Amino acid sequence: MEALSHVNYWAAIVLAMIGLYAVIAPSNLIKKLIGLGMFQSAIFLVYITVGKVEGGTAPIIDSGHAVYSNPLPHVLILTAIVVAVSTLAVGLALAVAIKRDYGTVEEDEIDEQDRR
Amino acid sequence: MIATHLPVLQVAVPLIAAPICVLLRRGSYAWIFTTVICWGLLAIAALLLDQVMSGGAISYRLGGWEPPIGIEYRLDGVNAFVLLILAGTAALMMPYARQSVEREVRPERRHLFYAIFLLALTGLLGITATGDVFNIYVFLEISSLASYVLIAQGTRRRARTASFQYLIIGTIGASLILVGVGFLYAKTGTLNIADLAVRVPALGETPAVLAAFAFITVGVLIKLALFPFHMWLPNAYAYAPSMVSAFLAATATKVGAYMLLRFVFTVFGVHFAFETMPLTEILLALSLIAVLAGSLVAVFQSDLKRLLAFSSVGQIGYLGVGIGLASVTGVTGALVHIFNHALMKGGLFLAAGTIAYRLGATDLSALHGLGRRMPFTMAAVVIGGLGLVGVPITSGFVSKWYLVQAAFEQDLWPVALFVLAGSLIALAYVGRVIEAAYFRPPPPDSEPVQEAPWAMQLSTWALIAGSVYFGLHTDLTVGIAERAATVLLAGAP
Repeated sequence: MEALSHVNYWAAIVLAMIGLYAVIAPSNLIKKLIGLGMFQSAIFLVYITVGKVEGGTAPIIDSGHAVYSNPLPHVLILTAIVVAVSTLAVGLALAVAIKRDYGTVEEDEIDEQDRR
Repeated sequence: MIATHLPVLQVAVPLIAAPICVLLRRGSYAWIFTTVICWGLLAIAALLLDQVMSGGAISYRLGGWEPPIGIEYRLDGVNAFVLLILAGTAALMMPYARQSVEREVRPERRHLFYAIFLLALTGLLGITATGDVFNIYVFLEISSLASYVLIAQGTRRRARTASFQYLIIGTIGASLILVGVGFLYAKTGTLNIADLAVRVPALGETPAVLAAFAFITVGVLIKLALFPFHMWLPNAYAYAPSMVSAFLAATATKVGAYMLLRFVFTVFGVHFAFETMPLTEILLALSLIAVLAGSLVAVFQSDLKRLLAFSSVGQIGYLGVGIGLASVTGVTGALVHIFNHALMKGGLFLAAGTIAYRLGATDLSALHGLGRRMPFTMAAVVIGGLGLVGVPITSGFVSKWYLVQAAFEQDLWPVALFVLAGSLIALAYVGRVIEAAYFRPPPPDSEPVQEAPWAMQLSTWALIAGSVYFGLHTDLTVGIAERAATVLLAGAP
């Protein structure tokens, strides 16, 4: 049952691959951004899993507990989530600007207009 | 008192200055303020480099927390040198910025432009100054997000699509670095670079370290825009506002090269990266393709800014060659080329911007007869272009001299041959620009063109003159770079 004990990592790999596929395959810019978000979330999952200590509780000092989860990866990921949100915001703002300039957010139609 | 806090001031000052720029509300006030800040940063960087050169590496504890628990800013000969390049190019470009930004950015956005510019500078300085791998990721994203916004300010609508493309590729690159950092943390329990430099080699060839190495290297190569990860670069540089093209071409990829040096030499160590992993072969192969392909594509461009952007793809290949050779001479060559290319390409993009300022276009066909109509600007283009080729007395010659020497040291004469072939191709694309400007008559119906404003000339010539000065007085740059390369190859700082 070795493989099952790493279920979080398997989930992260699957999520990351779906995310990457969604960045590459569709021509819709919004869908690309959704894929990018999934890809980043998969990485957050890896970090959060790393911080889990078996049998550990929340890292608040308490006389009844001796084993705590590692809080550092969680804090790092809080920062990374802020980064991901900002990236998404900038990406969406660009998509709005592209829609205003080109009248579309489909990449193939944008390329066609640029070629003209 | 204040001297001990210089490392953090280097990064904190532009970070605090950015929101103040927003409050200033007027583009002209924001420009004066940003100029003062940039020259202040240059002074700080010069003081820091002086401290490092005379007293050895500086370790600064953020908030007084002891490393490796707390975040450490660690300055040695390598990053103090890169900090000077970053602050120096930013300061020298500021006289140029006012008129260029007034022409290309709408009035209600100008103060915001300077705020974002300062944020981009913060990110780049932060990546360079910090001694903490997670901090590198955060600063990388600060600089990247700011550069996406800056690129999108271009006057043509393709600036927006170029910026979006860069956002997608850049975020994937940064995320890959994040995964690699996570693996390193899971394995060692530390994020401090000096601490990692001790613990990672002790782990040997565990799968997690191998994976971390692969993720981080690919992530950094995307940011460095080494072939085949360069797809975002040409459009981003070609359609960004003139000031942004020049600034990013001079700084962003240089910081990418610094990250590669830091991760490969300090964190993973020379032995792991170049003997356990085949990094020399990979870097040399990709870099030599970059040198040839980037330069060849540049020859066939019809727009000056795109030509310069593809030439950057080729010049980044030279950085990769120097790093891939993994010898003191090679890394010295790469570090000197970081400095020289920042001056040359920065100056060339500024000159292209002044041409756009006067003509409204940078097509090679628009340049016909410009040698007589804008003699000073075109002279700057010629001197900068000869630097790209690597003609003696320009600084481009110095870096190529070291790269060729490093290749011969290891009996890799095909590498030296490729480097020289790249120079010949560079001669072809620089020749096309010279031909258009000097050997073609101006179109008969053309309106008279004035030479560019003096402030814009000043910045352009400061960078171009620097590239000639450091071609003649090599002891300064080469001396610093050689010491930095020795530190890097010695392993742990």
